[in-house]
Amino acid sequence: MASLPELKSGETMAFLHLTNLRKTFATSAAVEDFNLEVEKGEFVSFLGPSGCGKTTTLRMIGGFEMPTNGAIGINGKDVTSKAPNQRGVGMVFQAYALFPNMTVAGNIGFGLKVAKRPAEEIRERVQEMLALIQMHDLGPRYPYQLSGGQQQRVALARALAIRPQVLLLDEPLSALDAKIRVELRFEIRRIQRQLGITTIYVTHDQEEALSLSDRVVVMNSGRIEQIGTPFEIYNYPKTSFVASFVGTLNQLRCSVVDAAAGKVSFDGQPFAASGPIRGADGSVIVMLRPEELHIGALEGQNQLRGTVETVAFLGAIVRMQVKLGEALVTLDALNERRLDLPKIGQALTLSFPPHACWVMGDR
Amino acid sequence: MKRGTFGAWFWVVLGGLYFLLPLLGTLDFSLRMRRGVLSFDAYEKAFADPQFGQTFLFSNQMALLTIIVSLLLVVPTAYWVHLRVPRLRSVVEFITLLPFVIPAIVLVFGMIKIYSRPLAFGSLELVRPLTNSVWGTNLLLVAGYVVLSLPYMYRAVDTGLRAIDVRTLTEAAQSLGAGWPTILWKIIFPNLRTALLSGALLTFAIVVGELTLANFLDRPAFGPYLWLLGQHRAYQPAALSIISFGLTWVAMGVIQFLSRGRIKPGQVAGAH
Repeated sequence: MASLPELKSGETMAFLHLTNLRKTFATSAAVEDFNLEVEKGEFVSFLGPSGCGKTTTLRMIGGFEMPTNGAIGINGKDVTSKAPNQRGVGMVFQAYALFPNMTVAGNIGFGLKVAKRPAEEIRERVQEMLALIQMHDLGPRYPYQLSGGQQQRVALARALAIRPQVLLLDEPLSALDAKIRVELRFEIRRIQRQLGITTIYVTHDQEEALSLSDRVVVMNSGRIEQIGTPFEIYNYPKTSFVASFVGTLNQLRCSVVDAAAGKVSFDGQPFAASGPIRGADGSVIVMLRPEELHIGALEGQNQLRGTVETVAFLGAIVRMQVKLGEALVTLDALNERRLDLPKIGQALTLSFPPHACWVMGDR
Repeated sequence: MKRGTFGAWFWVVLGGLYFLLPLLGTLDFSLRMRRGVLSFDAYEKAFADPQFGQTFLFSNQMALLTIIVSLLLVVPTAYWVHLRVPRLRSVVEFITLLPFVIPAIVLVFGMIKIYSRPLAFGSLELVRPLTNSVWGTNLLLVAGYVVLSLPYMYRAVDTGLRAIDVRTLTEAAQSLGAGWPTILWKIIFPNLRTALLSGALLTFAIVVGELTLANFLDRPAFGPYLWLLGQHRAYQPAALSIISFGLTWVAMGVIQFLSRGRIKPGQVAGAH
């Protein structure tokens, strides 16, 4: 079992420290080489597809899974082998996990009661938490008398009532409908900022991760693909997995025309990439976000001609697929009332600036 | 009336008659002790017999002890199986079903054979034969009852545990600082209330009328008393059967009353 890294002179240890974490079930590794430092008050999301190891990592932090190897430190103390009830970690579950036999107030005060806090302190803290989640009058209700969103608020208040060092949220919004999900998302962030609590949030929803987090950890097959701010993750993906998993991405297989000048050609139509192309022999995959493409021939920009294949109205944006040779390119246009929607089969020109597209591995 | 509804009612009525007719027959018979008129003479005689009260009280005490021991044995076991070793569920279920295939007579003779000898280590006697003392024999009786009621108690608890998300509730309690005793006492037991009451009722019903174990261990229980009375009297055993039945129904009513209302773990959303 690894231990927490030793500090050099002048270094300060991160609040939450995960070092070389590894977890294997039978013969397969669920999590491997997981290293992460989280500062106090930071909001970090683990983002990835099902089975990528994000929940297993969270459960290791919570003490519900024992790492096969590696160390977990909270506030400078090694908690790797500590039981869940001795870590000072609050957890919110996808299935709410409210105790059905207790009222809302009973649920929120449970942790304090277990800690044998005085009755008056428990009562005050419960009221404080009810105010925080804006459910002042619902203390006497039972969980079955609450909606899903209310239950998850109570679960959050219950986890926070014990003043945990770290708050863990395991896909807390997955069981809720879309509107409540968005509302509660902002409420979680408001409460987290208000209390300044270090938070780890597990989700497979990229919009949730990008909108909530200070940093996002993108995971795939038990490994970290990239750690960065939402802006970095979206605009500067380091691997093709991150590029394709986060957001929608066009991947165009182009032939290299002039590597030094960054010139490529797609479907016989030449255009310029963001810079010189290194290490490519013959063909490269050029990445391009749908929102970087514009309808019409804009001067000084790359231009590609194609025909409209599909048009989907999504409210705030209109998503189109344009056929370029054998490939389909996705294009997002911001909706506006006077938008002239192209017809299916219509020929059109797509424009995009050279800096908008990049060759994977070159940046 | 629709054909389907009629069919359903037919079977309900048929089932009701199958259940109620023997009861009504027994009730009618118990009221005919005095020739030509209906009377409660059999009940009066039954209540007047001091052995009735003594044996009934003894069986109730044994039933209470059996319920406590069963709960302490079955709930943590079933909980642990659900939480940590779900793959062993079928093995545990098989073990709990054994009392159905091993007759009580085999069980009691096995117990008498083993526990009528002292538990010794070489020449050193550690425990005297359990059958040599009243408390020891009562202990054997309770142990035997625990075995006999195992299929019912385990099934009731297992069904209750399946209805709640044991793992998540446990982990939620752990993350709030609770240890195992607190989790069991404050979270698991209260959320199994209905299941535990059902198991307790079934155990009570089995123990109060049980004959074989009490008879061969020679304990003054209600089952042997009923049987003995049936050998010599006609109307009193019928009256006592009706009383036993009435008490069971009262117990069921109490369970229904206590388990009504607030705990509805299945309902998670939609109140607003």
